[in-house]
Parts: sequence; C-alpha cells; structure tokens
Amino acid sequence: MQVNENKDFEPVIVAFCCNWCSYAGADLSGTNRLNYPTNVKIIRVPCSCRVNPMFILRAFQRGADGVIMCGCHPGDCHYTSGNYFARRRMTLLFSMLDYLGIERNRTRVEWVSAAEGAKFAETMESFTADIKKLGPNRRLEDLRCRKQ
Amino acid sequence: MQEAIIKRAKELLADGSVNRVIGWKKGEFVYDITPAVFETAEEIDADFVYNELTSANVSKYLVKETKKDGKVLVFLKPCDTYSFNQLTKEHRINRENVYVIGIPGGPKLDVEKIKAKGITGILNITNDNGTLKIETLYGEETMPFADAVSTKCENCKSKKHVVFDELIGEDGDITDTNRFEMVEKLENMTSQERFDFWRDQLSKCIRCNACRNICPACTCEKCVFDNPDLGTDNKAAADSFEENMFHIIRAFHVAGRCTDCGECSRVCPQNIPLHLLNRKFIKDINSLYGEYQAGEDTTSRAPLTDYTFDDCEASIVHERGAE
Repeated sequence: MQVNENKDFEPVIVAFCCNWCSYAGADLSGTNRLNYPTNVKIIRVPCSCRVNPMFILRAFQRGADGVIMCGCHPGDCHYTSGNYFARRRMTLLFSMLDYLGIERNRTRVEWVSAAEGAKFAETMESFTADIKKLGPNRRLEDLRCRKQ
Repeated sequence: MQEAIIKRAKELLADGSVNRVIGWKKGEFVYDITPAVFETAEEIDADFVYNELTSANVSKYLVKETKKDGKVLVFLKPCDTYSFNQLTKEHRINRENVYVIGIPGGPKLDVEKIKAKGITGILNITNDNGTLKIETLYGEETMPFADAVSTKCENCKSKKHVVFDELIGEDGDITDTNRFEMVEKLENMTSQERFDFWRDQLSKCIRCNACRNICPACTCEKCVFDNPDLGTDNKAAADSFEENMFHIIRAFHVAGRCTDCGECSRVCPQNIPLHLLNRKFIKDINSLYGEYQAGEDTTSRAPLTDYTFDDCEASIVHERGAE
C-alpha cells in the first residue's frame, strides 16, 4: 500500500487553457470519458498570450496551490504568434517566482493541442500529483483569502 | 564642471535656441538636491548645481516637458542617456524638442551612507582626492570617498553617452562590471533562504510608490497600481502577498525596458535593494534570449515584444541551478 503524506490535502489547481487548442483538448478528454482530477479548475482564455502575469499571482492569492498554463503547440497558435510571446513572458515570470523563493513546480506551462485529450488528462494527473507532494501554497498566499 | 554647464546653459538660453533647462536645484541642505526646470539665467545663477550629490536621472521629466511648446535643454549623465534612448524608442519623448548635452557622470555620493557613519548636522561636503571633507555643525569630519559611493554607482555599466547633441567633458567607454554578482549569490541559495531574504527586504515596503514614480521606464499615464478596482491602490501593503505582488509586477512591467539606472534603489526610503529584481530579469534575458541592453539604441526590438521559434521552454527555470 502506498503511503500518502498529505492524505487530507486536496489542492486547488487553476488551469488557464486557450480557447482553440487546450480548451478543446480538455473537452476531448471529457468526450473520451478520460478521468482527470477534480482539483483542476479551468479558466478559458482566448489565447495563452492573454495570460497576464498578474493572473497567475491573482490565482495564488485567491487560494490556488498550483497554476498551469496550457496553449497551442508553438507554431500552431490560432493567432500565429501568441504562444511565442506567452512562452517568453512565463519563462521570466517563473524565474522571478523562483528567485523570490516560491517553490518550484507550483507553476507549469504545457502545450496541449485540440487532438490531445489523453495528454491533457495525463498532464493534469501529473501536475496534481506534484502539487500534492509540495503541499499547500503558503509562501504566496493572501491570508485574508484563506478559507475558514 | 558646474561652471562650464551653467555657462553653456545661459548661452543657449540667451540666443533663444532653447526655452527651458532641466537640471538640478539646490535644496535646503547641501545634500537634498532635486531636479528642476529653469527658465531664466537668473534662476540658473541662483540655484543650478552639479556636483557629486546630483545623482537624479532627469530623463523622465522630458516626457512632460517635451509636450510643451519650445525647446528644452537637458543635461544627461552617461547612464541617463540610456533612459533617454529607451524613452525615445517608445515614443514618449519628442526628440525634436530636446537639445541634449552629455556631461560626465559619477561616481555619485549617497548621503545616507555618510549619515550611517554617525555624521550628522552636515553643512558642506567636499571631495579632496578620494577623501571626503565633511563640515558639520560639530566640526569637520573625514571619510574615504569610496565608502560613501551610491549603490547605483558601485556597478557602473557605462561611461559612454549613447546619445547627445553636444558634450561637455570627455566621453568614456562601456565599463566592464560584475553587476550580477549579488543576483548570482541569491540564485545559489536554497529556495528557503531566498524566500527569507526577500521576505526580510520586501516586508519593509511602505508602498510609497517612490520606485514607480522615479522609474524612467514607468511612464504609463494611468498605472495599474492606481486602478481603484485593484483594491491596493495607494494603500500600504496589507500582507506579504501584496508586498510580493507589487514588486513582482513592478519589476515585470519594466522587464526588457529597464536600463539598470538604479534609481529605484536610490529613492527607496526603506533601502530595499530593488535593483536586484530588475537585474534578475536583465540577467535572465541576457542568458536566455541573447545579450540585450535596453536604451543602447532606438531601433532594436525589446526582448518581450520579440520571439524566436526555438526559444527555451518555461520548464528550463525549474531545471537549472540549486533548488
């Protein structure tokens, strides 16, 4: 039997999914009857490039334990180049969060196409497992937003 | 130097080629010199000052001044010319309305470092070949010049003027500094140590917004932090999250545009080393997307408004260096 150290801990995970690829990928994993953890809350955005660094911080403030951003594969962006800009932006933001001492792996970028329902489910499984291992977000939380 | 600057400013005002001069003005004490706009030769004679204590970067004032009628004369130190170029590139300054005179820069003094030695009641400060002679109410004190050098001048990145119409004094070269030393030291700490370091620093923040107001890259007419819907506008940070958020977002908004002029740290009343946040972005951009110095020219694309097909993935951040 496996021992789960954080047995009672159910993380809240926010997934920003772009409308054209990842959101459709999530939809496909649903229509294929694939399971992925219910901890994941999806927020649909028109393009991964819409994700302002402030959104990521806001998610952590409002109680997220992990934030994942999904978009079209580089080269496949519906708007041609949105995800290339998003990639640079997120790289710098994650680097800054790391620099400020926020645990690594609380944030992730994953490219999921509309045909990759299985990949979406797998990604969410593994990300949720990672966050469960890390435990609750304490370093970047807003105490006023903590649920009683 | 001050005489030459004043002479040239008065000449240009007299022959009508400029209407206003942006420079530095004496304050109540010898060390509280502020940037100011001068309109007449009399004002210049009375108040204009340029010495080791005039460390303010005046390029941001041009955003407002060049929108008015007439031409502005501005005196820029080498580091200020980078900010000037960056603002020109972003179409914030009307270049035609400015006459730029490049003047030699630092090293400048930080009076806080003098006061930290317990020297108070300062009346006058003079530099005598590397020794500061400080006249105070309680007699004369001396200290080495190097001990009082402003933090922003400790790692001078350039003594070269990247833009000017005319020079007073000589132009220097880009200097070779190890300005990322402290950033590297932080990167090599464990994440808990880094967290503690930044908590220690950022918890001092009183949200006075001085770092934002002085920053030559922060020129939005309406700042995100003035948005009443944000809930944090002009309020002291309520908790550690807000402190972190303000500083992450502030640094992020100038990422790729920050020329590393060091003004944010200079004006911080709480002495938070804010330049370390900006330098982290500069270091990352240099290492991940190629060497880039904001403000070096007015044509290149900023790293965050550009991309290549084979940029690294964001996961690289989690894979490198110490945990």
